[in-house]
Amino acid sequence: MSRLKHILESGAFAVTAECGPPKGADPGVVLKKADILRGRVDAVNVTDNQTAIVRMSSLAACSLLKGAGLDPVLQMVVRDRNRIALQSDVLGASALGIRNLLCLSGDHPCFGNQPQALGVFDLDSIQFLQAVKAMRDEGRILGGEALSSAPDLFIGAAANPFADPLPFRVVRLAKKIAAGAQFIQTQCIYNLERFVEWLDRARDRGLTEKAFILGGLTPLKSAAMARYMKNKVSGMDVPDDIIRRMEGVPKENQREEGIRICVETIEALKAMPGVSGVHIMAIEWEEAVGEIVERALLLPRSDAPA
Amino acid sequence: MITAEQKPFDEIRGMIAPYRRLLVLGCGSCVAECAAGGEKETAMLGSALRMAAKMNGEDVRIEEKTLDRQCVREFVVLLDETLDRYDAILSLGCGAGVQAVADMYPEIPVIPALDTEFIGETKDQGYWVESCVGCGDCMLYEFGGVCPLARCAKHLLNGPCGGSMNGRCEVDPEQPCAWQIIIDRLGRFDALERLEAIHPPKDWSRKQGRGPRKIMREDQQR
Repeated sequence: MSRLKHILESGAFAVTAECGPPKGADPGVVLKKADILRGRVDAVNVTDNQTAIVRMSSLAACSLLKGAGLDPVLQMVVRDRNRIALQSDVLGASALGIRNLLCLSGDHPCFGNQPQALGVFDLDSIQFLQAVKAMRDEGRILGGEALSSAPDLFIGAAANPFADPLPFRVVRLAKKIAAGAQFIQTQCIYNLERFVEWLDRARDRGLTEKAFILGGLTPLKSAAMARYMKNKVSGMDVPDDIIRRMEGVPKENQREEGIRICVETIEALKAMPGVSGVHIMAIEWEEAVGEIVERALLLPRSDAPA
Repeated sequence: MITAEQKPFDEIRGMIAPYRRLLVLGCGSCVAECAAGGEKETAMLGSALRMAAKMNGEDVRIEEKTLDRQCVREFVVLLDETLDRYDAILSLGCGAGVQAVADMYPEIPVIPALDTEFIGETKDQGYWVESCVGCGDCMLYEFGGVCPLARCAKHLLNGPCGGSMNGRCEVDPEQPCAWQIIIDRLGRFDALERLEAIHPPKDWSRKQGRGPRKIMREDQQR
């Protein structure tokens, strides 16, 4: 059973984190991250060749996390696999005991280290969600053929409240939920005002009643990182006051300031009706997660192993 | 229109190197419109190849001819009487033109001088943009006359993705986000509800199901 699902359905405020698999075949790297995150979070997302850079497969890394006693969230992008491979891997994931799946489009191949690769995009993320839901609930694959046994998965999707056009962002969220998303993890929140605007629209459509919304957070390591995220990472909204705040402290204290901003944002999110948890994406900085959840008074995690 | 661009000159020189008597064959249709393989470009390429051969002291004969359409048999047969004078044909047709000529004359090598690009529109002088992937099942009605397969970098049928910012595409900020255009257009026609329903997965068997696609129309056959 998915621990994440259990916690969200119990009404508790959930905490998930992100684990980027290594650019190599050493399982030790994944297991080390598992040790850092164990007991600090309810579930751990494993990214799927994020930014189109070749890494250890998300499915394999999830299986390692599962073996280490964590509740993995398998991220799957539609960029690299057609509908045959996607559905096949969904069955395989369930067989390995993976109980959470996040269906994504994926970063375009041009951003990664294989820009010559064919971007598959046979399904889009919404069609993929729909296919997984039908596999689980009806025991059928695309086209209607029956499975010998259905996968058991808690299905999630991503949402970017900061991309354009804003009114359509909520339509897209509604489509993802209608397609099968039970939980939503958002893009990193630095612009709380815009997030609230998006959340209000989602609440008005009754969407926060239909899916659990987990606010995305990435602690900033430095002012340079804040500027980079603002200027170079598409779909990211880092307001100037955040950048000024990071620039306003000496370099050696910027990590602390990044954590402080993150904790304050969590405090704000905890108070918002319709927000069911947080998703902390501490990029190659998993050590920060424990400190953030502790300072945000989110410890101990309810049924986390000691 | 099918768009194309001329291959690098040295690549063309490399491919024609074994042949002494060469026909440089232009096409007066799409590739003429996109200034890649029409009569003018064929003459220019022929001259450039002759000049390069002369500079290198190569003993070759290079001549030019342009057909109205290389991809239509009726026009290709016009080469019948002249072809025995050549060892090879350098075609400035699109991929279909090159293969139509090769199919017709199996005994003579046909070499492509162009890289065929896409089905697109002439936006402005010297500016062409892709607008159709030839999927075999047109969806332009659903998407307000804008094809997300051709114009969205991720081919999303339920877009836009999270990288649409200020109407621009994250993959190439010079390009507009196709989904922003779709939403704007459908909004203008008060038809945004078309985007509320989930668009089902594309049936790609219509595009690439069983090898090359064919159209057979009895009413057009004699």
